[in-house]
Amino acid sequence: MFVQPLIGVTIMANQIPHVDYLELGVKPHLVANECTSCGARFFDRRNACAKCFKNEFKKVPIATDGILKSFTIVAFAAPGVPVPFVAGIIDCAGTSVRGNVINTDPTPEKVSLGMKVRLATFSLGTDDEGSEAIGFGFEPA
Amino acid sequence: MASDDIWILGIAMTKFGKHSDKDIVDLGSEAAIAALADAGVTMADIGILAAGNLMGASASFGQALQKQIGQTGIPVYNVANACATGATALRTAIMAVKAGEVKMGLAVGAEKLAGAGLLGGGGVSKKDGNKFEPRGRFGSVLPTDGRIGTDTMPGTFAQVGMEYGHKYGGVSFDLFAKISEKNHAHSVLNPMAAYQKRFTLDEIMNDMMIAYPNTRPMCSANCDGAAAAVVTSGEVLRTLSKEQQRRAIKVSASVLTTDPYQEACQILPDVNTLTRNAAKIAYEQAGVSPSDLDLVELHDCFATAELVHYDNLMLCPEGGAVDFFMSGATWRDGSMPVNVSGGLQSKGHPIAATGIANIWEVCHHLRNEAGDRQIKDAKVGLAHVIGLGSACGIHILERSGL
Repeated sequence: MFVQPLIGVTIMANQIPHVDYLELGVKPHLVANECTSCGARFFDRRNACAKCFKNEFKKVPIATDGILKSFTIVAFAAPGVPVPFVAGIIDCAGTSVRGNVINTDPTPEKVSLGMKVRLATFSLGTDDEGSEAIGFGFEPA
Repeated sequence: MASDDIWILGIAMTKFGKHSDKDIVDLGSEAAIAALADAGVTMADIGILAAGNLMGASASFGQALQKQIGQTGIPVYNVANACATGATALRTAIMAVKAGEVKMGLAVGAEKLAGAGLLGGGGVSKKDGNKFEPRGRFGSVLPTDGRIGTDTMPGTFAQVGMEYGHKYGGVSFDLFAKISEKNHAHSVLNPMAAYQKRFTLDEIMNDMMIAYPNTRPMCSANCDGAAAAVVTSGEVLRTLSKEQQRRAIKVSASVLTTDPYQEACQILPDVNTLTRNAAKIAYEQAGVSPSDLDLVELHDCFATAELVHYDNLMLCPEGGAVDFFMSGATWRDGSMPVNVSGGLQSKGHPIAATGIANIWEVCHHLRNEAGDRQIKDAKVGLAHVIGLGSACGIHILERSGL
């Protein structure tokens, strides 16, 4: 079940990130596809660059600290989505990221525009074959 | 009138609300037949039909409509462009007239949404559990809505308004609720609105929270409805009766844009840049400035959205939307009446009908036919819609002056 990676930190062998742009490991962080021509950053699988139309990208790590530049507290969502939760847009050193604000009360008293946040991970559960999905959000820093 | 000017010859909308005894084709037919009658023409005069019904976008709504109102063999363009579907249908008809391919075009938008509930969220592709396998463009092993932000419309547009607050300051729950208070107050004078109920600020703020800061009355009302318009050229209008010429409304600008790349636009939809771009083009096309406008119908799908569009449409200085609203300017007795119809929050938002119904509202005032809610001596008006994804339609309209 457990392996010892080269860097000497114990992680679950069968953890899987919620999305492929979340990199787990010693210091979990997000990774963007950056256009090698214009520098535009994207988190999804790319066919070409929406800004300059070129099609070469490199992986770049995204800062894990950021500023909450917008949010909403969702009280009413699709069936199966637990509410309330805080959906936010985080400015991570110039790259905008979408994520929930976690590890704090989902109230306007606890969440405010401009607040400092940092990336945090949490378990999303385990599948029938024992793989644990790891999600991310941003907690008050 | 110049030969290549575009004119709305006739326009109509059904009452918005719950029409449980009518289907999409009934609603579309009612609007189309009324628009033709308003124009003083018949289907025999129409050279192109552009039709939209977003929820049934894969069906041939235009052809189904023809089978009820007139099968003349003309080309049909079934269009879908999110909440800008109606404006896109109108623009399609306008382009055909402008290209000189047809003398008259008919645009129709119809939607049945009463009781549709929350739009935009969910999209659960597989059950939690079984086997985690990366899927889609983000390689996600579980749905992302609710776990990585929100896909719901109320939440998305809440963030649009809050982002404006982060950039310029001055926003609050109270402020957004006051915008909704204005639109609901306006709706009392509009018999075509789905809801004609004035709310107090307390009632709005204490209603069910949907996505902070948007409570239920601050969200567009899902309802049924249709709207239709007949467009023609100045060249054709000159050959018609004086009465038709007098009631015709000039389309001084017809613009459709999409969202150009901006940092963060694929994180939170950017509804600002495409609106500002469309507005710039529209003012230039029409040769009018924002201060010339007597009324504006803008896309207040949520109270948080109305605020940013004051700025995007350049009704106020950049960053000045909060002060502009708080000055009272956008109330019907203010210097720039906005959404005197009641807006989407009370008039309702039957998606494909919205982008024509807002033009109907402006035309109604320009023709001096708006009854109790008439904006006195209105000469120029602007209608704006946003479809998330995104598409923005702006039309500037002027009365004929005859």
